[in-house]
Amino acid sequence: MAILTKEEAKKIIDKVLSYSKADEMSVALSGNRTGNIRYARNSVSTSGETTNLSLSVTAVFGKKSGTATINEFDDASLEKTARRAEEIAQLAPENPEYVPMLGPQNYLETASFAQSTADINAEYRAQAAFDSLDPCRKKNLTAAGYLEDTAGFSAIGNSKGLFGYNKATSVDFSITVRTADGLGSGYAIRDVNDVSKLSTKAATEVAMQKALASVNARALEPGKYTVILEPAASVDLLGNMMRSMDARNADEGRSFLSKKGGETRLGEKLFDERVTIYSDPANIEIPGSPFGGGGGRFGGGGSDGRPQEKVAWIENGVVKNMYYSRYWAEKKGVKGVPPPSGFIMMGGTQSLADLIKSTEKGILVTRFWYIRAVDPQTLLYTGLTRDGTFYIENGQIKFPVKNFRFNESPVIMLNNLEAMGAPQRIGGNLIPPLKIRDFTFTSLSDAV
Amino acid sequence: MNRRDFMQLTGLSAGAFMLPDIPVFGRNVAPEALLDNAIDVATKKRLADAALNAATAKGATYADIRIGRYLNQFVITREDKVQNLVNTESYGVGVRVIADGCWGFAAVVDAKSEAQTAKAAEEAVAIAKANAKLMKEPVILAPQKGFGEVSWKAPITKNAFEVPIKEKVDLLLTVNSAAMKNGANYVNSVLFMVNEQKYFASTDGSYIDQDIHRMWPNFTVTAIDPQSGKFATRDSLSSPMGMGYEYLQANPTDSVKGITTRYNMGYDMLEDVTAAARQAKEKLSAKSVEAGKYDLVLDPSHLWLTIHESVGHPLELDRVLGYEANFAGTSFATLDKWQSKNFNYGSKEVTLFADKTQPGSLGAVGWDDEGVKTKRWDLVKDGTLVNYQAIRDQVHIIGENESQGCCYADSWGSVQFQRMANVSLAPGKTPLSVEDMIKDVKKGIYIIGDGSFSIDQQRYNFQFGGQLFYEIKDGKIAGMLKDVSYQSNTQEFWNSCAQICDERDYRLGGSFFDGKGQPSQSSAVSHGSSTTRFNGVNVINTGRKI
Repeated sequence: MAILTKEEAKKIIDKVLSYSKADEMSVALSGNRTGNIRYARNSVSTSGETTNLSLSVTAVFGKKSGTATINEFDDASLEKTARRAEEIAQLAPENPEYVPMLGPQNYLETASFAQSTADINAEYRAQAAFDSLDPCRKKNLTAAGYLEDTAGFSAIGNSKGLFGYNKATSVDFSITVRTADGLGSGYAIRDVNDVSKLSTKAATEVAMQKALASVNARALEPGKYTVILEPAASVDLLGNMMRSMDARNADEGRSFLSKKGGETRLGEKLFDERVTIYSDPANIEIPGSPFGGGGGRFGGGGSDGRPQEKVAWIENGVVKNMYYSRYWAEKKGVKGVPPPSGFIMMGGTQSLADLIKSTEKGILVTRFWYIRAVDPQTLLYTGLTRDGTFYIENGQIKFPVKNFRFNESPVIMLNNLEAMGAPQRIGGNLIPPLKIRDFTFTSLSDAV
Repeated sequence: MNRRDFMQLTGLSAGAFMLPDIPVFGRNVAPEALLDNAIDVATKKRLADAALNAATAKGATYADIRIGRYLNQFVITREDKVQNLVNTESYGVGVRVIADGCWGFAAVVDAKSEAQTAKAAEEAVAIAKANAKLMKEPVILAPQKGFGEVSWKAPITKNAFEVPIKEKVDLLLTVNSAAMKNGANYVNSVLFMVNEQKYFASTDGSYIDQDIHRMWPNFTVTAIDPQSGKFATRDSLSSPMGMGYEYLQANPTDSVKGITTRYNMGYDMLEDVTAAARQAKEKLSAKSVEAGKYDLVLDPSHLWLTIHESVGHPLELDRVLGYEANFAGTSFATLDKWQSKNFNYGSKEVTLFADKTQPGSLGAVGWDDEGVKTKRWDLVKDGTLVNYQAIRDQVHIIGENESQGCCYADSWGSVQFQRMANVSLAPGKTPLSVEDMIKDVKKGIYIIGDGSFSIDQQRYNFQFGGQLFYEIKDGKIAGMLKDVSYQSNTQEFWNSCAQICDERDYRLGGSFFDGKGQPSQSSAVSHGSSTTRFNGVNVINTGRKI
């Protein structure tokens, strides 16, 4: 029941719209089944599964809107919800920034659903956990991991004839392996739409290897270093930068893309010329949602019905696009693309091993942790390395090093680009391993 | 949802999607629906007994049930516009059992019949029995006496949900107008109100009905210098509180005057935003800090977050044991340090206590989410590590036979687990005012308000920013600074604690969004302190050019 077909969803949405007495009405219907298994100290700690199906109705009178939500689907309940939304709208204050709803749209077909993932059950999760726990137990290592799978659909429709439907599945898996003495820690993270592409055992082996290799880390002086950032390390910094590309903030003078005199950096070369970042919901490696304003794993935003399409954000180092709310796009008289649901940074063909081999002196970073904004003007962030940090000399990993705190801006980082490897999927994005010079580490941490 | 996501959703973060949708708290309802009578206690008891009996019949050795109704209201504005009004309600039931020595949990939305709660209980038993095969050792639950039929209500004097929306909108628009009149270029403001109506029952014989209220008024003011293209922000100095609308009743006798007014149990939003607009502009031309060692004078509106990260988290027993290793991390404060009875967490001045009872605090409840009466206990006594925060299935590990009462679930649908109590720094025992403290500082920085925060996964190395930074030279405030962050190590930092103002300066700060667990759960927690001096802390300059 949680995953309705396109026809079933349309029938319910049309039924609700038939009850509308408002100037405009929109309906969002979504459902999913999500399950998880969590383990720590080499033992399963929690496991569960929940299903949701919910319908949200927004009614609009002039510039006043109201929303009501329900999870019962008989005709009387649907009509009651439409009435409720209308009542709430009548009571709401006017929103001067309200923009009338969109008419019919053309949405891309995306390959975001995999039956293999929709078929996951409790036995599958237990086996996935066992495949990760068992090798750790055998090597006297301690595993803590988490697997979460979701299968769901999302449908939208409105009184102006817009209708969209998408089915999607996702699996997220992460594993931290620690040595029994607590002196070594390793990590791996994977995300897929199709669970047949996931091996919890293979990911765990990477984390085990890093845990063993990171024992007895030596302290290096903080300072500027050449770093090789694995995609799990750079994804949050790059994601934070992409989330900061809102046009209104830039136009209002409160963004890293603002500059003096009320201008923005749109069209300016702000990064190394090899930096190209775009989004494409039809990309087969990271299929995204065909509609929605930045929903999904990229972090929030509402679904205003605008289609997701291929958008160049940064091309050859030049800022090519910012994202817009519909209100701000209308005010500025531009088309105004919504924020993406995932992004793709173009890279090279080299492997991580190749990047290490070509490095005279540097630091290999598995991941960063607790990244927080320090200065939104320069996109300065702070955070720490975690779960596998290694010193490289003459093309080889020499020894593990103690974790560092960094203070760095992705803008500066992408100007100090030395080399890029082949992009890999991480958190719904495609990101290459990056070799960066002069990355700023400001202090040491004793944390393992 | 963590604080960052919330700030982005409400447009309070300068780098945010400016789309004020609040999608995750429950279903949308009309404001007046929040005042509907919830299910009466007699019905709740029937639903609870059905679940407890069903669990026992299926072989559970212990069972508890939480029947929860969670209400949220948000009023979100910017400048002269209301961006969004959101009212959400979430009602459901969660049943937790021990069967075959293993925990099992099942939840059901909108459960209003005994058949539904009994079925959830049976599912929980089935899950426990299935997972028991993967357990290494059975759950050991500290004994807990039943309390019979009891209740607890937050000591509020004005239910925020009863205040008309128009009054709330008018307040925020007045606040925004004051900001703009005083030189702000932009202002975003939010009222966020929470009511948790929760009923707990267990096979120990407790039937506990509780009514919890929380309130957070806040804003961000932005000032822009078009000449230089620079911008600066100043966030409100309010705290999220375990209070009703009375928190917005300005109380001049309960605030601290000085270089800027700071607030205790009564927040004057209009006064604060007026100061904020001027200070945001002042920040644009403030002197950039020279990196180096400084004595820091930290206001409670700032220090709460440092306490939260460097004391609250490392002393959570589940982190110490490794249950959070794959997410929030572990802890440097390992059991051997506690067992040694001489681990020097801080200087002799430092006593840090956990507490779930302080009126007005976010963590205050009568009983926790596994039916344990709440209390106060020391974590660090005169500088020495003496205890952790633990719940019923952990407390035997630290040799105690009674839980400390800090178990919490953020929803009826989430399984309860160990969460941080209010963790606070005890005020100094000898009379000391902020002015007298500053008089003795030769080279220092006075920091007010919380800002950027980051700490490693074992809670050694941290970096904190703030809202307002004032240079102290030879005992006097010498002007505003910018680009300030301090970096330290937890043990080194607390050992550099030199002086703590007395209880007259004791105030609460706190967070609505302490995140932990997978799937992540959010918890609200307060941290009290008086203004405190730390000597010789490393300050870095965070100014950059791009």
